[in-house]
Amino acid sequence: MSFLNSLKTAVRGLKTNKSRSALTILGIVIGITAIILIMSLGKGAQELILSQIKGLGSATIIIEPGREPEGMADFSSMFTDSLKQREVDALQNPNNVPGLEQLSPMVILSTSVNYENEAHNFSVLGAASLVADIVNVYPQTGQFIDDDQIQQMAAVAVIGWEVKNKLFGESDALNQNIKIKNMTFRVIGIFPKKGSVGMFDVDNAIIVPYTTAQKYLSGINYYHEIVVKARSEAVIPQTVEDIETTLRGLHNITDPEKDDFHVVTQEDIAQRVNTVTSILTVFLAAIAAISLVVGGIGIMNIMLVSVTERTREIGLRKALGATNKDVLTQFILEAIILTVAGGLAGIILGSFFSFIAALILTRVVGSGWQFVISFQAIGLGLGVSAFVGLVFGLYPASQASKKSPMEALRYE
Amino acid sequence: MPFIEINNLEKTYKDGDTETRALCGVSFSIEPGEFVAIMGPSGSGKSTLLHILGCLDKLTKGSYVFNNRPIDNYSEKEIAKIRNQEMGFVFQSFNLLARTNVLENVKLPLLYSDVKESLWKGMALKAIEHVGLSHRINHETSQLSGGEKQRVAIARALINDPRIIFADEPTGNLDSKSGSDVMEIIETLNNQGRTIVLITHETYTAEYAQRIIKLKDGRIESDKKVEERRKGKNNFIK
Ligand SMILES: Nc1ncnc2c1ncn2[C@@H]1O[C@H](COP(=O)(O)OP(=O)(O)OP(=O)(O)O)[C@@H](O)[C@H]1O
Ligand SMILES: [Mg+2]
Repeated sequence: MSFLNSLKTAVRGLKTNKSRSALTILGIVIGITAIILIMSLGKGAQELILSQIKGLGSATIIIEPGREPEGMADFSSMFTDSLKQREVDALQNPNNVPGLEQLSPMVILSTSVNYENEAHNFSVLGAASLVADIVNVYPQTGQFIDDDQIQQMAAVAVIGWEVKNKLFGESDALNQNIKIKNMTFRVIGIFPKKGSVGMFDVDNAIIVPYTTAQKYLSGINYYHEIVVKARSEAVIPQTVEDIETTLRGLHNITDPEKDDFHVVTQEDIAQRVNTVTSILTVFLAAIAAISLVVGGIGIMNIMLVSVTERTREIGLRKALGATNKDVLTQFILEAIILTVAGGLAGIILGSFFSFIAALILTRVVGSGWQFVISFQAIGLGLGVSAFVGLVFGLYPASQASKKSPMEALRYE
Repeated sequence: MPFIEINNLEKTYKDGDTETRALCGVSFSIEPGEFVAIMGPSGSGKSTLLHILGCLDKLTKGSYVFNNRPIDNYSEKEIAKIRNQEMGFVFQSFNLLARTNVLENVKLPLLYSDVKESLWKGMALKAIEHVGLSHRINHETSQLSGGEKQRVAIARALINDPRIIFADEPTGNLDSKSGSDVMEIIETLNNQGRTIVLITHETYTAEYAQRIIKLKDGRIESDKKVEERRKGKNNFIK
């Protein structure tokens, strides 16, 4: 029998058994659609988080007080006051840390902010001018904090886009006075709309000189963290080492286990987040696998229900002169057509739904969300449904083709 | 030279532990163009014998020579070809493809032949006409009466112009009118030179044959030439 005729026979076979074919395709479509959608969402989330972390600039190093937390509940390591001006001075000495280009001590608090009758809670960040470079955002109107203002502990503030909207609405904010914790600050700059960079929500933040924040807003004598910009990405490992050596020397620490600070690099954060998102992906893949199994069982069921009828059909075809090869070719082609049709429909539907989901998520989380199609998901979906289709369609067929025509015809 | 020759043919069905001896040493030969009727009580092994002759089932013991060549010497492909080209089957239970119309059912053997596809429809229509079903070409087989179904099966058996036709109680499910119609067709086929092997319960159906083989308990009870072959269909009364 020619290939063309085998193909026609397969198509005719599928048409003759419309509901069986439709249900099988449906099983494949559901499996593939689900897995593509789930994997696409997982990947989108992963890329969103990673892109935000990358947004911090790759030469950034953060020094945090206390030893590295060992778990979510390891609070004892936090809230120590091991980073003070003394440490900042030591780090700024080029003999100690030659790879350091600039640093910014950070004081972080969340407090209520007033303008006229409007009052809201915002996070207030005490920082140096370096922070604008690191976050890569500069005031749209006005300017950023300069070194003189830091020296003088000036009461000036740069505010995020949302802060401006919430406090001032349409009216002009530049050079207006706002009250942060009852202290009057002059607005000297307003950031453009930026979204989040890293875990830092620029739009809802207010930045003031760290000196001012430390003395007047927090009343503490230490810093919450120190952000360091290295001269280049290449010197990061050396710089991290130098920072550690300097601080250990300063604190008379010989055993690294007893560190009262820890250093985090971009890479560390990316890696940490990667672990989290990998778990997320595995979790999502497990859900996807379940949907594949459900689809697969559907296909399996339909195939098994029709084994009797199909076995008889094989017997008849053989009685009328079909060879085993003819019969198997027909069944393989049927399985391939079903898988390809279901697979294509699943890919189209899955991509469509992922796209819709991406559109919705873009509105919810901002421009950072991207529409990603996972080729692994497509491959996996197609693979599993083809496998199920082949096994449960072809196995009975090959069993039937081994029987004599009469045995197959009599099959019950 | 015989067309078909069997010697000491045995068939044992195995189903788990139970064994059923359906044929226990059957020998005979059939010449080209012969019309042989096989008779015998229910369970005597008639269908079993026919299936083996038609290469639809395997024999357990003994020998089967088809066209001067032992059946074991044919490859799977050659046997498929013989079933397709040289043999036509009419089953007791029709065995038509479900949810498929008359035309497609009749065309089915052509699918596995070397006949060019452009000729298929014409051949099928001719075979359908031969059995008088031209007005039912596009009907699904489930919509046909028993007699019509059997005639579709005959048209299908004819389509590749086989040399031998095996028919297992083709009139068993039919009333006398449809039965005689079917027998007329089979007789014509024999007159055209085809070999016919027909299983039947009914003596008057057997009277169409030139030779009657009677089976009992898997053995030949008698094998007789019919002296006076019946003429015309006027004897067909049920
Ligand atoms: N597939 C099978 N498995 C087991 N035993 C079988 C099978 N087919 C037939 N038999 C047994 O073989 C014997 C002969 O069966 P067969 O069908 O050849 O009889 P038959 O002469 O055609 O009967 P009938 O006139 O009722 O059609 C019977 O005893 C039957 O029970
Ligand atoms: Mg029988």
